[in-house]
Amino acid sequence: MSAVPVSAHGVENEVNIAVTEQGSPSPRIRSSAWMDKAFEWLTRAFAILVFSILAAILVSLLMGSTLTLQKYGLSFIWRQDWDPVREEFGALVPIYGTLMTSLLAMAIGIPVSFGIALFLTELSPGWLKRPLGTAIELLAAIPSIIYGMWGLFVLSPLVQSHLQPFLIGVFGDVPLIGKLFEGPPLGIGMMTAGLILSIMVIPFITAVMRDVFELVPPMLKESAYGLGATTWEVVFRVVLPYTRVGVVGGIMLGLGRALGETMAVTFVIGNAHRLSASLMAPGNSIASALANEFTEAVGDLYFSALFELGLILFVITTIVLALSKLMLMRLSRQEGTRT
Amino acid sequence: MSDISASNPVYRARKRNNRVMLSVSALALAFGLFWLAWILATLFYEGGSALVRATLYYQMTPPPGADGGLANAIAGSLLMVVVGTLIGTPVGVMAGTYLAEYGRNGWLASATRFLNDVLLSAPSIVIGLFVYSVYVAQAKHFSGWAGSIALGLLVIPVVVRTTDDMLKLVPSSLREAAAALGCPTWKMIMQVTYRAARTGIVTGILLAVARVSGETAPLLFTSLNNQFWSLNMNAPMSNLPVVIFQFAMSPYEDWQRLAWGGATLITLAVLLLNIVARVLFKKTT
Repeated sequence: MSAVPVSAHGVENEVNIAVTEQGSPSPRIRSSAWMDKAFEWLTRAFAILVFSILAAILVSLLMGSTLTLQKYGLSFIWRQDWDPVREEFGALVPIYGTLMTSLLAMAIGIPVSFGIALFLTELSPGWLKRPLGTAIELLAAIPSIIYGMWGLFVLSPLVQSHLQPFLIGVFGDVPLIGKLFEGPPLGIGMMTAGLILSIMVIPFITAVMRDVFELVPPMLKESAYGLGATTWEVVFRVVLPYTRVGVVGGIMLGLGRALGETMAVTFVIGNAHRLSASLMAPGNSIASALANEFTEAVGDLYFSALFELGLILFVITTIVLALSKLMLMRLSRQEGTRT
Repeated sequence: MSDISASNPVYRARKRNNRVMLSVSALALAFGLFWLAWILATLFYEGGSALVRATLYYQMTPPPGADGGLANAIAGSLLMVVVGTLIGTPVGVMAGTYLAEYGRNGWLASATRFLNDVLLSAPSIVIGLFVYSVYVAQAKHFSGWAGSIALGLLVIPVVVRTTDDMLKLVPSSLREAAAALGCPTWKMIMQVTYRAARTGIVTGILLAVARVSGETAPLLFTSLNNQFWSLNMNAPMSNLPVVIFQFAMSPYEDWQRLAWGGATLITLAVLLLNIVARVLFKKTT
């Protein structure tokens, strides 16, 4: 903004400083113009800082994992060993645990979130919408360590004594599926971790689904109702197809959260470096391996292996979250409004 | 009319389907609320008695078997959250200001907004690794500063997002009025738009504080823990989440009891912050 003499008037009611004899801007105005530039560059510098944080994290993780990257290359991803004593490392077990628990969380979390979003947008009486919505959002506010502790002391004993024996009884003898329910009911393991994660992702997925459901033009829904559709048909045949991209975006956001969740999983997954098809078995996830072993690790290669685990987690979650963001942006563009 | 449709099997099936699905959705809501109620009930049941004992607030974390409190952990947590917020807030507000006031829809602003949203949900344990490699590994010791920096990094994306959103809500007419009076842009931002968006920005900061107060993962590799009373930011610092983690995983019953007390304390604080932020925000909109 160029400082024309007129613009000096009215700054904090001080009119008398306006213009010098020759009509060139007063020192006050020139300093203002200078301040303007300085302030703009200051804010830009901070924006660039925020812009570069992700890249900085990526670089630091890459540097931290040079040793294992050199030693194993890509094979680190599918190597199964994790032996700090012989210094043999591979990421397969934690990657498997991370993916399995997150999948389980999604399997439970998606339908529940959809149901809640449906209830809140289509069924709930107006006065209940806000308190119910807030209560669900508070699920996201509870710190993850609380979920973990509660899972360890309250949920896992119940899973052990009731849910797992029941599942073994029902599915244990079924071919193929039975493999998922093999072994003694321990309480601690993939299943409990997945169950807790599913509770933790519900508020995130629900929030996005609610937002995108609200974007559906009332005209579309009313037309469907006018043709005699039931509420469920309107939701399933009109609202859901219309918001598909956004719904998938919300699911990806939840998935990103589940993949990187640390404390809740660390408490209940059992931290065993063992590959097992059974959901009952203890396992390990990337995040909980880091939480448990990082401060106790000795030796450069061990550290490097843990850093590479972090790198893998970072890359996976960043891709998932970026896809989620792209999908939500696509929906809001098609809508022509911001979400 | 209802008679005709009631006898139509297709119509009846559709009605039934509708009723079933809607009941399932109500059940889903009950399912969600059920966990919230259960977790809160457990916390009060297990942690309530620890919470009302005054020793929790002035005694240090004990060795197993001895009596003690969480005073050093509470102080360390408070200190690190405050310092982390002081680090993260200015960065977040300034970057958010650039996005909303200068960058708008330029490439830098759009890209930053995108990356910031990714950062918002990035796993916090990775932030811990990052701070470990750039700070702890260089300084060769765990410290309160490292913990605060990690928390600050988690504050930034929340504050950037809310500042950006809130400044965008300020009507352009206010900015134009200030500009027409000859107000330079920086002054216009400081004295007009910031004031108009103040409550929204404060809400964002409160939510950020609520988010980082319960964070455990990034503190494990940065501030570590300390059994003793220490406010030295250059030394390992005790903090509630890590103490809860350590005590809850221990086999000692009195440690577990303290862990429940700490867990209840943190949850109460975080929920309170959330509710205050919501009430504040509701007042403005």
